Amino acid sequence: MTFINKPTFHHPKLAPNSLGYTRRDYEGAVSTLCAGCGHDSISAAIIQSCFELEIPPHRIAKLSGIGCSSKTPNYFLGSSHGFNSVHGRMPSVLTGANLANRDLIYLGVSGDGDSASIGLGQFAHCIRRSVNMTYIVENNGVYGLTKGQFSATADRGSKSKRGVVNFDEPIDLVSLSLQLGASFVARSFSGDKGQLVPMIKAAIQHHGAALIDCISPCVAFNNHEGSTKSFDYVREHNDAVNHLDVIVGREEITADYAPGTVEEIVQHNGAKLRLRKLAENYDPHDRIAAMKYLQERQSAGEIVTGVLYVEPEPTDLHDYLKTVDQPLNELADKDLCPGAEALEQFNESLR
Amino acid sequence: MPRPLESTNDFVVKFANVNGSGSASANRLFAKSILRMGVPISSRNIFPSNIQGLPTWYEVRVSETGYLGRRGGVDLMVAMNPQTWDKDVASIEPGGYLFYDSTKPVTPAKLRDDINVVGVPLTEICNREYSDPRQRQLFKNVMYVGALSALLDMEVAEIERLIGEQFKGKGKLIAANNRALQIGRDHVLTQLKCPLGLRLKRAEAVGDRVFIDGNSAAALGCVYGGATVAAWYPITPSTSLAEAFMRFCRRYRSDPVSGKNRFSIVQAEDELASIGMVIGAAWNGARAFTCTSGPGISLMQEFIGLAYFAEVPAVIFDIQRGGPSTGMPTRTQQSDIVTCAYASHGDTKHVLLLPADPHECFEFAALSFDLADRLQTPIFVMLDLDIGMNEWLSAPFAWDDSRRMDRGKVVDFNDLEAGREFGRYRDVDDDGIAYRTYPGTHPTRGAFFTRGSSKDADARYTEEGAAYVENMQRLQKKFRTACNFLPPPVLGRTHKSAHFGVIYYGSTAPAMEEALDALEDHGAVLDLMRLRAFPFHDEVAAFIARYDKVFVVEQNRDAQMRMLLVNECNVDPNKLIPILHYDGTPITARFIIREIAGRLAALNVRPFRKVIA
Repeated sequence: MTFINKPTFHHPKLAPNSLGYTRRDYEGAVSTLCAGCGHDSISAAIIQSCFELEIPPHRIAKLSGIGCSSKTPNYFLGSSHGFNSVHGRMPSVLTGANLANRDLIYLGVSGDGDSASIGLGQFAHCIRRSVNMTYIVENNGVYGLTKGQFSATADRGSKSKRGVVNFDEPIDLVSLSLQLGASFVARSFSGDKGQLVPMIKAAIQHHGAALIDCISPCVAFNNHEGSTKSFDYVREHNDAVNHLDVIVGREEITADYAPGTVEEIVQHNGAKLRLRKLAENYDPHDRIAAMKYLQERQSAGEIVTGVLYVEPEPTDLHDYLKTVDQPLNELADKDLCPGAEALEQFNESLR
Repeated sequence: MPRPLESTNDFVVKFANVNGSGSASANRLFAKSILRMGVPISSRNIFPSNIQGLPTWYEVRVSETGYLGRRGGVDLMVAMNPQTWDKDVASIEPGGYLFYDSTKPVTPAKLRDDINVVGVPLTEICNREYSDPRQRQLFKNVMYVGALSALLDMEVAEIERLIGEQFKGKGKLIAANNRALQIGRDHVLTQLKCPLGLRLKRAEAVGDRVFIDGNSAAALGCVYGGATVAAWYPITPSTSLAEAFMRFCRRYRSDPVSGKNRFSIVQAEDELASIGMVIGAAWNGARAFTCTSGPGISLMQEFIGLAYFAEVPAVIFDIQRGGPSTGMPTRTQQSDIVTCAYASHGDTKHVLLLPADPHECFEFAALSFDLADRLQTPIFVMLDLDIGMNEWLSAPFAWDDSRRMDRGKVVDFNDLEAGREFGRYRDVDDDGIAYRTYPGTHPTRGAFFTRGSSKDADARYTEEGAAYVENMQRLQKKFRTACNFLPPPVLGRTHKSAHFGVIYYGSTAPAMEEALDALEDHGAVLDLMRLRAFPFHDEVAAFIARYDKVFVVEQNRDAQMRMLLVNECNVDPNKLIPILHYDGTPITARFIIREIAGRLAALNVRPFRKVIA
């Protein structure tokens, strides 16, 4: 059996959240990824985020495509339903699931091959449809499971482990999402848990399409000199524009900050985001400026991270479709079937 | 000159028009007026993949006997399209009639001396009566309906009543249409000898039947079947199913208090996304469907395999058209049978439903959602362009208000709370169908991971050979169980002395049943079986076993249903004689009679050597 049973016991003093769940209740099966894989850090950040947000684990649905990243939903949130779908097509499955039950929280986990290569079309369309979801791309620029081919996010000039230099221009999912109208766009680095955890928390609380492009080095095939997705390269070129704190509920901010250095954003559900500015004059509400800033820094070889854009009053697909508040999968016969009398009237109109 | 055709309530009228000229509503007015006179008709649009300019035809077969298949041949040609004049004139039966716009003279070389020519200067009259070019065009159509009403002795009051219903509340339009109708009618009554040899007479042969296209009927079946999620991508000839679903949902599925929608319809970016959304929605406990045609089915293959192997319900309407590749997008065929039955890579088999008319389109559409939930697998509802896009006269729709959706084997919160054991792929009831939970059911129990990779009975990833084989065998058992829930084949009259059987399905039904009457008149003894579903019930193999030979009549080149019969019923292929029609037009009784009579003659069955000679 390749499935490894993970013991369920835990330290008796492991602190529960207000729902009575410990961090352990948000974990999943033992990871089968390589030791040191960036993806495992992202799984840990998801576990931490859901524990801290005090979400009942079964209210989350986790969906993925195919690849190393898409295997990870098995390694977190073991009490949530998961769906490992087909390569590059998670967005459509997630969209359908979301249509069926608007009350669950949807977590889409994908990789750069899955979202930028084979699945670029579905990625783009679920973003432009404003599906209410958190879409995390675990981006390492390489195909891991098939041993080291470039993916569509690999930078031009980046060198593979076998010494081949990539000629193709990279696809930047962050720029693409901004252009396609995503209402929450962020980029992080799997090696920066302090940045990533609050970012995932904010994305989950966001009502609309939230993208997190998370650079996640592949220790087996893309962590060498000449790679632009290695731990060393990303650390050296990380240009963080802000630092995010998520405040659940409506508590007051008590800490002191220099004026003009903190921005507060109230999300749809009342939760507050507190953004500490690191880059002067960076405005996370200006989509056009964000796109310009990204292009400038990118051409200078820098990797911009942080919450890059937030729409304060986002809408989602259900708003557009005007679906009833009750999840569609809960509607009963009487809500759905017009009945015999209506059918007889209809027959009459066809004679 | 042969004698002019003489027939009451039994003839074929064909309209040759230019696409986009507004003829469709006038032609439909003509057809429906005949129905209102109590005379059955079948109507067929023959149209190009084009919006404006190319030729289009509308064929109305009038048959008091009630034969609704395409007959073949034309008794009265309404030739309104100069582009197709020569072919249209050539297609008229000897002794038949040609109706044309005689504003411009036609040289005798362009006519035939064995047909009767009826010229009405429609353009000239229109130019005299109307100054607006659009009016000239539209009223010309209504005007020829008026002319035909006199030539065929139709009840003009029925036409006027239909115009009144169509433009209800728009008095000006009613008056204008009635006037055009009258101008055409008056011209013919005063200038020509009326009626022709072809005429209509009030009858009582329509009964309570309804006149509707199969796509609309299927869409209504989706509303009654409880579908709440539809994802689709525009493709002829399936588009009108999605559009009809939108229309019915707006009428029947609006929440009376909030005004919000009890449905969601997404026009996806392609067919891959359509089926992906359906699978996601059904996994999450909603009833979901997509509708498409052959090229869409090709694109969906990978997802169909996922739904089969991960056991997620899905309903797929395939409105078949002429293939392969882009093929003949606006012509009909039954050529996706094999591709749907065995869709996707690896060992897969799928349930097919085979409706034969709009009534069954409605029934099977509603049923398909119960089947998808009950069997946790994709269900294909196989229409074709002929059923889907043409209006057919069929039995009225009926619904039993005590009927409830069958959601299949679902473990709910209370079951889990009570400590019920749950393993997603365990064969608890020994029927191959396992229990499932919907996402979000219980805080600590019942969650599982759905995947397209191999897994054990508790949904855990495994590549163990034994666990894989056990799962594949359970899926096979489930496929056999499916028969218990599927509509059984329909057996026609059986004869003790019959040596030959006929198997057919779908839109072939009316032509086949008509052909049987004619073949019987010639002394053939044939027993009929109409298939309604795949996998096949045991009766199908038993039926084949009873006869020396069985004709399998279908509308594709490769005898696809015959392939399934040979493969699944373990039948000697020599026993099954294919009768195949696949030129893109609907199969006709004439074709079937000729083909079967020819085969019977070759088999030395008297009296068919005589018939064929």
